[in-house]
Amino acid sequence: MDPRQAPPYVPLRGHPLTDDEFREREASTAWAPRLEYAWDAGIAISRFLEGLGQGAIYGVRCRRCGRTVTPPRAFCELDFKPMDEWVKLPETGTINTFSICYVTWDMKPLRVPQIPAVIEIDGTSPRVGFLHLVGGVRGRTVDQIRRQVRVGMPVRAVWKPPAKREGAITDILYFAPVRKRA
Amino acid sequence: MSDRVAVVGAGEVPLRPLSPRQSYREMGFEAATRAYDDAGVTHQDIDSFVSVCEDFHEGTSITDEYTPDQLGAVLRPVHTVAGDGLQGVAAAVMLIRTGIADLVAVEAHCKTSNILAHEQVLTMALDPSYERLPGITPHFVAGMEMRRYLHETGAPEDAVAMVVVKNRRHALSNPVAAYGEVLSPDDVLASAAVCAPLREREISPPADGAVVLVLASEEAARRTPKPVWIRGVGWASDSPWLAARSWGQASYASLATQMAYQMAGIAKPDQEIRFAEVDDTYAYKELQHLEAAQLIPRADAARIVLEGGTRRGGRLPVNSSGGSLGMGYCFDATALYRTAAAVRQIRGEAGRAQVERAATTGTQRGLNQIEDCEL
Repeated sequence: MDPRQAPPYVPLRGHPLTDDEFREREASTAWAPRLEYAWDAGIAISRFLEGLGQGAIYGVRCRRCGRTVTPPRAFCELDFKPMDEWVKLPETGTINTFSICYVTWDMKPLRVPQIPAVIEIDGTSPRVGFLHLVGGVRGRTVDQIRRQVRVGMPVRAVWKPPAKREGAITDILYFAPVRKRA
Repeated sequence: MSDRVAVVGAGEVPLRPLSPRQSYREMGFEAATRAYDDAGVTHQDIDSFVSVCEDFHEGTSITDEYTPDQLGAVLRPVHTVAGDGLQGVAAAVMLIRTGIADLVAVEAHCKTSNILAHEQVLTMALDPSYERLPGITPHFVAGMEMRRYLHETGAPEDAVAMVVVKNRRHALSNPVAAYGEVLSPDDVLASAAVCAPLREREISPPADGAVVLVLASEEAARRTPKPVWIRGVGWASDSPWLAARSWGQASYASLATQMAYQMAGIAKPDQEIRFAEVDDTYAYKELQHLEAAQLIPRADAARIVLEGGTRRGGRLPVNSSGGSLGMGYCFDATALYRTAAAVRQIRGEAGRAQVERAATTGTQRGLNQIEDCEL
């Protein structure tokens, strides 16, 4: 359906929930779990994270099926073979899909929305995506953002300054739309 | 159509206290590659996959989403059992006996070293409203159970210590075990009281690992090099009301083994079974489980252990793999490591851990009592 035919989007109403609103007055047992983990990233993801710390996106290529994927993995999950041909990928890609989100995970309204997206990094095989955020977009309403962000649109990584990188996926701040391919 | 089921492949990575090099997926891939090679099959030959894992142990919700890749099970039938590894084996047996699948892979792994506050996870197993005693290690449940067991049977604490000595020594002959060691009973008895009568060395130390088994229908098993037949499986849960349990006896294990013996047509387990792998998460549990499984007359376990009857060369070798005390305790993967060890025993491939005459009578049934004894 042509989106111009649909009724206009209305902003979400409401305010952050208070403790009282969360809890009923009936007897209940509260427990604050202390669940703490430190996951071993492993061979493939460790190298990927180190690469991000240095401002590079790495992928791996399967010698059997020829797919190039990122984030890298130690084995091709389709061929069930080790995957160890490393490639440095460009920092550009294409938006596969995205959403414009106006609520935080703990149910606080957002006036400036977050835009999670699947980014297909250039040089990788089809249907190999990378979950990140789209940013560098002006405007707050659905209509304003839809005018700037589209499925199939080229984007480029915007990085944290080198001194602030820590070898994490958040070393890329977001992917920003690019008007023209370099 | 035959309804026999066999274990046709087993693969594991060595258990270790820490495993910083590999992610759990990379460990699972290694274990699966070994298991499929052992069975002479490829990932594409497997009809259905069972993974065994729990969210709190992984630190991810909906953790079953993360299990297919390392098994070669992308976009294939996979389901996850949040329980003991043996329940995964039971699920595989049912998939095969109902004709749904001919080849099933069962996977479990453990990254206990990645859980920074494991006792917090354990504590959350207790009812939040009336059983979480603030500030006490959840091992107190085992301390109370051990007290009642010793009280009812008159077993001396030396016998419990001897279980530790035996299993740690057995582990020295098992290349995948993490905690092989030569100890004396005095070394065990001199270790610190955690929840008396339970001592530090009587608690299995944790270890990381991954293990995959391949199970097959009779028809599919005939095409594999080394099938080991599963004659019986059984499982049972104890009461969730801790205070209403039969603390001195492992009722769940008794019921689970009866179920398995009935299926296997075993009337006299103490005479028909040649060796056993039983849960020893806490050392006294081995004694309790041997009695529950009718492998040793009630209240005789202590005497027989002290006389050496459960050593590798004894009348009934118990946990010749090293058990959890010697291999390391790896949550839901524990029972699958032990099943893999039993498969090698029956094939005569256990090397220095080999038990004599194991190959003449298959036994999976001693294993089936592991469920629900963590707490």
